[in-house]
Amino acid sequence: MTKQYLNDNGVEYQWVDVDLLDDNDKTRVHTDIISKGGALSYPTIIVDDKTVITGFRKDLLKEALNL
Amino acid sequence: MTTLEQVRKRAEADAKTYGYYLTPQSDLLQMFIEGLKTNEDRYGYPSCPCRLATSNLEIDRDIICPCDYRDPDVAEYGACYCRLYINKAVFESQNLPEVPERRPAEKMERAYGVQVAAPKVSALQTLGAPETPKAPPSAQKTEVKKKLWYCKQCGYVVYREDPPYVCPICKAKREMFAEIEVKVEFKG
Repeated sequence: MTKQYLNDNGVEYQWVDVDLLDDNDKTRVHTDIISKGGALSYPTIIVDDKTVITGFRKDLLKEALNL
Repeated sequence: MTTLEQVRKRAEADAKTYGYYLTPQSDLLQMFIEGLKTNEDRYGYPSCPCRLATSNLEIDRDIICPCDYRDPDVAEYGACYCRLYINKAVFESQNLPEVPERRPAEKMERAYGVQVAAPKVSALQTLGAPETPKAPPSAQKTEVKKKLWYCKQCGYVVYREDPPYVCPICKAKREMFAEIEVKVEFKG
């Protein structure tokens, strides 16, 4: 749903399907998300390596991406 | 294998039993149903589509849908964490509330092997050298200690780590649950 929204708005992004990673990579992603102040809930969207949005929040995405 | 239709029927039946509704947004509902089916096919149980399962049943038990947190969340916010299950008022207003994560930090730490309440320093650390993943929690920490709990109001007995937030039989609150202590003696 988030991907769909980003696609529809022509936003460039990279994604990781965290549930399909192996344990080591999972831990790395978790550590990274938490270090940026996120929660371990998905989807987590990181805008420009700083703004963290947890969950598909259209309003927050709009604001962070200037849509 | 469970079909999407079965997953949907199960959710509908469960909502009916508890007097809840399913999210009125059909695209969102479809996504949850697909997520639940994916998890059930992958892990063998339909863990929460909004949370990350570990594939260890004992550690994921509290987030198997309907999760442990659904009933207290619907009672407090009108919706579960995913907003799959909602109450009548939310269903009628069509306004889905924001529901904070109720799953305790220690359960997330045990499941994911990372400190959830990260100290400020770690943010700085990640800017420099590539971060080193924390060592996985000790075996002792990942161990799930199950106990027998009984509902003092209706007598319902359950064998799990923590008592339910709400008794599934008589709807008594968690405080009505007490532990049953079992002593095993060996002789001869």
